[in-house]
Amino acid sequence: MNPKTANKVATAGIYALVSIVVIILIGILGNILVSGVPHLSWHFLSSQASSFQAGGGVRDQLFNSVYLLILTMIISIPIALGAAIYLSEYAGDNWFTNLIRTTIEILSSLPSIVVGLFGYLLFVVQFNFGFSILAGALALTFFNLPTLTSNFEQAIDGVSQAQRDAGLALGLSNWKTIRGIVLPAALPGILTGLILSAGRIFGEAAALIYTAGQSGSTIDYANWNPFSPTSFLNVMRPAETLAVHIWKVNTEGIIPDATIVSAATSALLIIVVIVFNFGARALGNHLYRKLTAAKAS
Amino acid sequence: MDNKEDLKKVVDQALAEQKVPHVKLKKIGAQKADVDKLTQPSKETRQEYWGKGLTYSAILLIIILVASIIGFIAVHGLATFTQNHVNVWHFLSSTDWDPGEGKNHVGALAMIVTSFAVTLLAAIVATPFAISVALFMTEYSSKKGSRFLQSVIELLVGIPSVVYGFLGLSIIVPFIRSVFGGTGFGILSATLVLFVMVLPTITSLTVDALKAVPNHYRQASAALGATHWQTIYKVVLRVATPRILTAVIFGMARAFGEALAVQMVIGNAVLMPYNLVSPAATLTSQLTSQMGNTVMGTLPNNALWSLALLLLIMALFFNFLVRLIGRKGQK
Repeated sequence: MNPKTANKVATAGIYALVSIVVIILIGILGNILVSGVPHLSWHFLSSQASSFQAGGGVRDQLFNSVYLLILTMIISIPIALGAAIYLSEYAGDNWFTNLIRTTIEILSSLPSIVVGLFGYLLFVVQFNFGFSILAGALALTFFNLPTLTSNFEQAIDGVSQAQRDAGLALGLSNWKTIRGIVLPAALPGILTGLILSAGRIFGEAAALIYTAGQSGSTIDYANWNPFSPTSFLNVMRPAETLAVHIWKVNTEGIIPDATIVSAATSALLIIVVIVFNFGARALGNHLYRKLTAAKAS
Repeated sequence: MDNKEDLKKVVDQALAEQKVPHVKLKKIGAQKADVDKLTQPSKETRQEYWGKGLTYSAILLIIILVASIIGFIAVHGLATFTQNHVNVWHFLSSTDWDPGEGKNHVGALAMIVTSFAVTLLAAIVATPFAISVALFMTEYSSKKGSRFLQSVIELLVGIPSVVYGFLGLSIIVPFIRSVFGGTGFGILSATLVLFVMVLPTITSLTVDALKAVPNHYRQASAALGATHWQTIYKVVLRVATPRILTAVIFGMARAFGEALAVQMVIGNAVLMPYNLVSPAATLTSQLTSQMGNTVMGTLPNNALWSLALLLLIMALFFNFLVRLIGRKGQK
């Protein structure tokens, strides 16, 4: 084949494959939204899930997902931030830093089901938590730590060295410089990373089915005592999230409207993830403009 | 204390020798200088200890965490072989999986083969698409088109895996059932679901690989009269090969460890797969569907932990492979 024909053929091939990918994505999104959104009603969002009848909602699952997300973030932000600061500000070029980086890479490459099973072994069985929100939040923390750490590290690395030098020249300690100058400057990046990983946590199910459990208990939204077993704030109660709910109604559930419930729940999940994705970028840009007085990029 | 006397002498001397008098020091006077305070770590140093301590403990926590994940899973996974005396070779080579029946019925080969089959097939299908999209983004498209595809890929990454599983269950499985007959569950369905799931991973890493190829290589090739495709095929792709391989391995690692989406479409029957459309089970799908049905400490349960250990070892192996290629690529 002469080179010019080969060039044309190859270009055509690449365009064809790219269009297939775009069509697949449009197909996926279109399918979920078209089949799910019509069923997303206030009734669906505000009523309890039913175990064997049609017409159940996802009120508790929605709340559980949000509550787990918040708890996970509360636990993982300090650890990830500490690790990221160490890696970008203190770590030298030596075997220990290498060890840390390898460890984080290993943690990020572990399948989420393995992380979930570890959570099950340690918290549910060993510490006797039972299936609980706390065990779920800790498992999600493990799952989330590597991504969050590397997102934070990138954000901190992005702050220019001149800012650090300025802080040190004022006679501030390294730590004060980091806290007072570097972290605020890295804030847009940190928040973007945070929200992106929030989207990932929101849709995670494999790490949760054996930690937070696959069934919800009856919960009372008027009971504000976190130690009462029926309180919605109780962290020791089993909790099913939206993603686990989809999995369960499709594999073990017996409700007649499983397809409708999972389509609507999928649509809800996708919408939340898209909002997180775009929200992260918009908020990052906005904060960047506010904090640095730079023009919008 | 001799030391303190020495210090005072030094301070006195410094005061006497200074050309521009230090106002504050003069007011205090050398004799009143608080030597204890001067010889202690300053406020800044203490802040530094505090900060270093905090960040250091975060790091230690992560290291302990990873060590205990590996430790715990290893201890439970090895119990099958140490306590229940299952032969390791038998575990890896037999297809007879019925751990409730005793130690001679613990063979994981069917699941191992299925796991590798879906992983390899998904990677084989996804790689040409991923490379095409990456080439399109870096070599062909305008900035606008490239940004559009970038958000397409980010969206695909963002879709939760259960949603992929549900889509597989409601679209792919019925489709395969109507084309090939049978139940529709099986390796082919799992491959198609995994293909979409690993596509964004491989694509975005391949984009990074192609972007890292210096532009003067392309210019040099064009200057020699090569066509666009010749430049891409003979220069750009060759230079980027190690990193593209890394991208494919990351994709395979994701496919190998994916649990729920696969479990929903593969049919969950622990049988040696003889074709692509009969129900099968992977390591992850077996773990997901059976862990809740076994009692802690019994053989069926330990056998499942052995599967988890196998998954862990494979994750470590993929990691090692990536490092190996990275080291080769640097040379």
